[in-house]
Amino acid sequence: MYNAGKIIAGLIIFLILVTFPVWFNLGKAATPPELQLPATEKECIEPKGFMRAKHMELVDLWRTEVVRNGKRIYVGASGRMYDMSLQNTCMSCHSSKSKFCDKCHNYVAVAPNCWNCHIEPKEGR
Amino acid sequence: MDGSRRSFLKIAGLSILGAGARPISDALAAEEGRKVSLPSRALTAKRWAMVVDLRKKCPDDCRDCIEACHGVHNVPAFDNPKDEVKWIWNEPFRHAFPGQEHEYIEERYKGRPVVVLCNHCDNPPCVRVCPTKATFRREDGIVMMDYHRCIGCRFCMAGCPFGARSLNWRDPRPFIKTQNKEYPTRMRGVVEKCTFCEERLAKGLRPACVEACKERILVFGDIEDPRSEVRELLHKHHSIRRKPQLGTMPQVYYIV
Repeated sequence: MYNAGKIIAGLIIFLILVTFPVWFNLGKAATPPELQLPATEKECIEPKGFMRAKHMELVDLWRTEVVRNGKRIYVGASGRMYDMSLQNTCMSCHSSKSKFCDKCHNYVAVAPNCWNCHIEPKEGR
Repeated sequence: MDGSRRSFLKIAGLSILGAGARPISDALAAEEGRKVSLPSRALTAKRWAMVVDLRKKCPDDCRDCIEACHGVHNVPAFDNPKDEVKWIWNEPFRHAFPGQEHEYIEERYKGRPVVVLCNHCDNPPCVRVCPTKATFRREDGIVMMDYHRCIGCRFCMAGCPFGARSLNWRDPRPFIKTQNKEYPTRMRGVVEKCTFCEERLAKGLRPACVEACKERILVFGDIEDPRSEVRELLHKHHSIRRKPQLGTMPQVYYIV
């Protein structure tokens, strides 16, 4: 092999650089986000597990039903009726976008574009 | 080996059936999971329509209906008229009804502003041309906009003969005077228009413009209901529509 020294050294440097994120973060678990839960309500529209895993599907269903089918009432798990509205229902309890929505969305690096149009509640600082 | 080939094919066939059943059962479960309904106090109709009574005259400089609508729906007020976004606005008589004005027309119609809005046509050209079905005709006749689907291609604006649709050329947020926190805004590159206040109808309220008009020039109701106020007005008085010759069948009627 010609220039074996250079090639092998280069390969080693390449491997170190490529695996850098793996060994740099080894043993350090990223802390899961802490959400600010509403103080006023104990229960969400659906059980916690469902909301965690499928809130996006729920919101998507709401959008379709409200905008395209003109239905606006959703019956929650407890039988309570909710107005299907992100701005007026979800955010009336989860009143802080930065302390609730953004926490997880930033953690998993997703950027839903809800807030391009929907108005987020004003947060007092 | 013959026997095993036979049993292999049987098992393969059964498993294909089994794999096919899963999506079907899922779809059925999803269908059952839909727990949505119409609010009980919602106003419903077979066919919503509006009557504008031009026999009554708007007070000078009255913009109550326009301001009520644009305030409720977070319609931006751009300073450049080329960017203008409007849901309901005043148009001179000769523009609202081209070909209807002549030199000797009654004094009260000469150069008079006429309030115009989306006509919620029965045969809406905007719906036909929309490539994403972002605009569609509801069962009750309202020509609705789904801003989530709009890609800003402006085919609908080219299709609409009434100029009832506006594109947000710029981000509308900074140009909204006071935000109505209960209604969303739009974003840049989205077309918007009057929706006959479908969000208010769902709450049991009449459209904002109709409620705001003190002179009761705007009347709203179910045109398929023979006892409705709109039907009564149209039955008793002579009415015209904007550009009926185009065959879009507008559902905003003007009593003259």
